[in-house]
Amino acid sequence: MEGSTPRSQKVITDQMVENITKVEELAYELRVREVMTKETKALSPDMTMRDVVEMFRVERISGAPVVDGKKICGVVSMEDIIRCLLANDIDAPASKYMTKNPITVKLNEPVVEALKYFVNAKVGRLIVVSQDNELEGIITKGDITRGYLRALQRQNEEEELRRYRAKHLFEDIESDRTSLILRYNIIAGDFRHGGAASSNIKRALLRLGASPQIARRAGIAVYEAEMNLVIHTTHGGIIRVEIEPHRMSIRIFDDGPGIEDVQKALTPGFSTATEQIRELGFGAGMGLPNIQRCVDEMILESSPGNGTRLKLKINLDKDTTTDEKLSPIKENAKNESANTN
Amino acid sequence: MNVQELIQLIDGNLLTSPNHLDVEIKGGFGADLMSDVLTSIQPEAVLLTGLCNPQVVRTATMADVSAIVLVRGKVVPVETIDLANQEGIPLISCLKGMFELCALLYNAGLPSFEKPLPNSDCGCY
Repeated sequence: MEGSTPRSQKVITDQMVENITKVEELAYELRVREVMTKETKALSPDMTMRDVVEMFRVERISGAPVVDGKKICGVVSMEDIIRCLLANDIDAPASKYMTKNPITVKLNEPVVEALKYFVNAKVGRLIVVSQDNELEGIITKGDITRGYLRALQRQNEEEELRRYRAKHLFEDIESDRTSLILRYNIIAGDFRHGGAASSNIKRALLRLGASPQIARRAGIAVYEAEMNLVIHTTHGGIIRVEIEPHRMSIRIFDDGPGIEDVQKALTPGFSTATEQIRELGFGAGMGLPNIQRCVDEMILESSPGNGTRLKLKINLDKDTTTDEKLSPIKENAKNESANTN
Repeated sequence: MNVQELIQLIDGNLLTSPNHLDVEIKGGFGADLMSDVLTSIQPEAVLLTGLCNPQVVRTATMADVSAIVLVRGKVVPVETIDLANQEGIPLISCLKGMFELCALLYNAGLPSFEKPLPNSDCGCY
């Protein structure tokens, strides 16, 4: 995407700098040893600049470290070669034109350390050394970019592999009736993590090969139920999801105060939520009706003092997503806007 | 329009890492009531909201939202940004208010992705 880099830079705020991004995370995770170029050609201090130029041409490189015995004493880059050529001094030893005291990074340092040098020192390459300061290789900005791409691709492949394995789970295991059971303990009042179980369930369904529409319906239904556990129960509750190839059964149960009037609780707009919960954007009395809309079957059992048990079923083999449910009605939306214009 | 174009149009600040910026936004939806979002939003919409707790991101994940715009330049808790990064949903803050943003996006050709309720009786009096 051309021009995307400067544009995305425009929207970087101070706040963003404070918050570590995913790419930055990689800069801390990846080590110099994982991205560097190993087996670097090294120069000796008494090599002539003529030989250095010839070596750069043959090896197609634009810089190399100068090593005296085991000691790293400098680095020769294109800039140094240009200085030498301008002085018409091509037969001088490398030690005369090399940049002394080159910047080094250690094998095990995170890539972010190398990035800091690149930003501050405006150099093209850094020398990578072992714990004993012996030459191990060099690292360039290009190495880091390639390392990033490899790491990102690896992460992608891992997700693909997880999906592949999950999809074949039911085919590879033979039994008269195979099902996968997921259990989640939900803590009352934990608004920070409320919804994490639903995220995990939705992701599991997608990995198992469910259609995005079905994963969405299941996600919304379980999320509403999960938030009910967070908001309304005394000790939280349990979400149990049983996935079979043709359907999923979800049971959400708690030992909370129970529901006074089940019929009333199912009425859209009826709510017992407090002001604090409403401020979070919940408690509009749409939870249970919304769950009902998303699933193929719903049974609600509850009485005061006896907790609440919610049983849901969603068919997986045929997509029962209808207009009544959550199917996208993009065409209608487009027409509507066309009419208004 | 995609997320990048949306940010430019509304002069917004991207709070999450610069990923998923080429994700297509097919419509818009504005609400402060997460229950409304879960009930009526269609997939691949931009969600405009004045709330900025992590539940906004959870709701967006469940409802296949393409991007979230937090209106009126609210101060956003770190956990909300963390969660948005984790779930891969671009989080954008904007100084403009809800009404102005809705109008801006609608005029730019973004249709409403708010579905009418199956039964019009919402129970409100």
